[in-house]
Amino acid sequence: MDASRQVPEGAGSSQESNASSPQRPGNASPVAPRNLVRPLILVLLFLAASTLVSLWVGYRLLDLSLLREDETARSLFFQLRLPRVVLGGILGASLGAVGACLQAFFRNPLAEPFTLGVSGGGTLGASVAIALGWGINLAGVPMVFLAAFAGSAAAVLVVYWLSRTGDVVMPGTLLLAGVVVNLIASAGVILIQYIADYSRALQILRWTIGTIDVVGFDRIWRMLILLIPGWAILLAITRDLHLLAMGEESAASLGVNVRRCERLVYIASSLIVGVAVAEGGTIAFVGLIIPHAVRLVLGQDVRLVLPCSFLVGAGFLMLADALARTALPSGELPVGAVTAVIGGITFLGLLRRQRRFSAI
Amino acid sequence: MMASASFTSPNPADALIEARGLRFAYEADRWVVDDVSLRLEHGALAALIGANGSGKSTLIRLLAGLRSPDAGEVFFSGQPLKGIPRKRLARSLAYVPQINPMIFPFTAMEVVLTGRSPYTPRFRFENRFDVEQALEALATVGAAHLAPRPVTELSGGERQLVAVARALAQEPECLILDEPAAALDLKHRAALIRILRQLRDRQGMTALMVTHDLQLLDPAFDRVFAIHRGSLLAEGPPGKVLRDEVLSRVYDDPKVRARKLEGRTFVWSGT
Repeated sequence: MDASRQVPEGAGSSQESNASSPQRPGNASPVAPRNLVRPLILVLLFLAASTLVSLWVGYRLLDLSLLREDETARSLFFQLRLPRVVLGGILGASLGAVGACLQAFFRNPLAEPFTLGVSGGGTLGASVAIALGWGINLAGVPMVFLAAFAGSAAAVLVVYWLSRTGDVVMPGTLLLAGVVVNLIASAGVILIQYIADYSRALQILRWTIGTIDVVGFDRIWRMLILLIPGWAILLAITRDLHLLAMGEESAASLGVNVRRCERLVYIASSLIVGVAVAEGGTIAFVGLIIPHAVRLVLGQDVRLVLPCSFLVGAGFLMLADALARTALPSGELPVGAVTAVIGGITFLGLLRRQRRFSAI
Repeated sequence: MMASASFTSPNPADALIEARGLRFAYEADRWVVDDVSLRLEHGALAALIGANGSGKSTLIRLLAGLRSPDAGEVFFSGQPLKGIPRKRLARSLAYVPQINPMIFPFTAMEVVLTGRSPYTPRFRFENRFDVEQALEALATVGAAHLAPRPVTELSGGERQLVAVARALAQEPECLILDEPAAALDLKHRAALIRILRQLRDRQGMTALMVTHDLQLLDPAFDRVFAIHRGSLLAEGPPGKVLRDEVLSRVYDDPKVRARKLEGRTFVWSGT
């Protein structure tokens, strides 16, 4: 995120030439065709840099010679640090992309998994699963993921059902419904913690704050079983979302099947957020600030914003987790708290900078 | 139907849009559109008038395929509308909605470029030809200078022009517009009608436009449809519909007067 702001001014607005269409000198139209290549290179550079940084820092700085010689150091790196960085990337990418999707779909710049109650619903679902000790897997997928998916899906449906009257989604009601669903869900989580036995209650508490401890790649593979279909859906409907961001009726008149797109948004966002929440707890604000930051640099085109939010979100959460691991001289911070602080403050800054453009 | 029965073409396949017995209700048994049959001929510039809440917007949504009628059927060039794939329909039929608030500061160019989406593959950005088409569409409505501006900074009228440009970028045979003139000033209203007439004359484009501005209709329009409580009350050339006895029924207002002056019909109601 921070790196994406250091990008040279106007990098997004001046995509004149590109590889796919030959430049005609002296006949350049004032607005040249878009392409994904330049923004993608930019964003991949940021992602690569943040991956390196977050692999480097930690309880001990990475020591390459030690890694070659010492068996323990190697196993620590490959069993603890690498999976953790990968998990951070996966979660950040998921939240960033879902945030971009929800903002476009609801035409609401404040929409994101957290503010719409989707994370809350997922948290409740996952808490139920943890409290009941559902450690089992269903066809390779942990029950916790499925329970969180169910919770997220229920939350989306309730919020959407409340805020939609006829053809119109009322933006105020949407956010209010999201907040209320979140409150109900967190009350539910508290009740479950209260009733559940001590060790499980502690497990739920630690997890709801949003930490991404992980050992080995086993859980990550299991997450990907559900996440990859979700990501694929989001990418497949990116153009529809671009049209929907300008209005539902005009999108429909341009050939978008709005009802089908709506169902796909439900499925993909609750699938992705459910799994992300089940594994990482509530990591707030990533889905909100990442798309905003990307838009500031690359402009409004959802076909750029969504895939770039995916990659920038990954880099951002890796960095945030690197900070969480190293901020305290002893021990570490929950990454959810770090993103809430960084995200909240950055968001206020974005809001101020962007105030003159739109009615947020 | 009062002034109906002046069908110009005897061949039913000739109509660009034909509605047969359309009915639509948002709530059970409250017909917003009640048994409407009409024909919009190729190359006609037509207006749909009626009081507030008479079902005009709903009717044109049915005609544009944005809603499905509860009964009856719409035909486009003789084909059932519901059988035409959405994307193909979007290349022939463009719809300009009433002004909708824009939340994100897309540039006018980005908005107009979406008019090219029925022609571009899902995973491809618009190419140089699409950009040229979009610029041309903006120039046609006299809004080329707005291209780089964020739509959130434009006035309602400017945004309306951008919406019309987007529809033109679809290169449609038929344009359906929901009160496009409402946010436009005197000059731009006249300009919009001129553009529609030019498009009709040069490209044979058909247009149906909902309007409350009855001064625009005579002599610029070919045909006027008047709807009253969901039913077609009158249709015909402007001179035939814009008459005291017709309009006072259309608007349930006995004080409506229509008078011809310098070749135009002016309409007002006693205040």
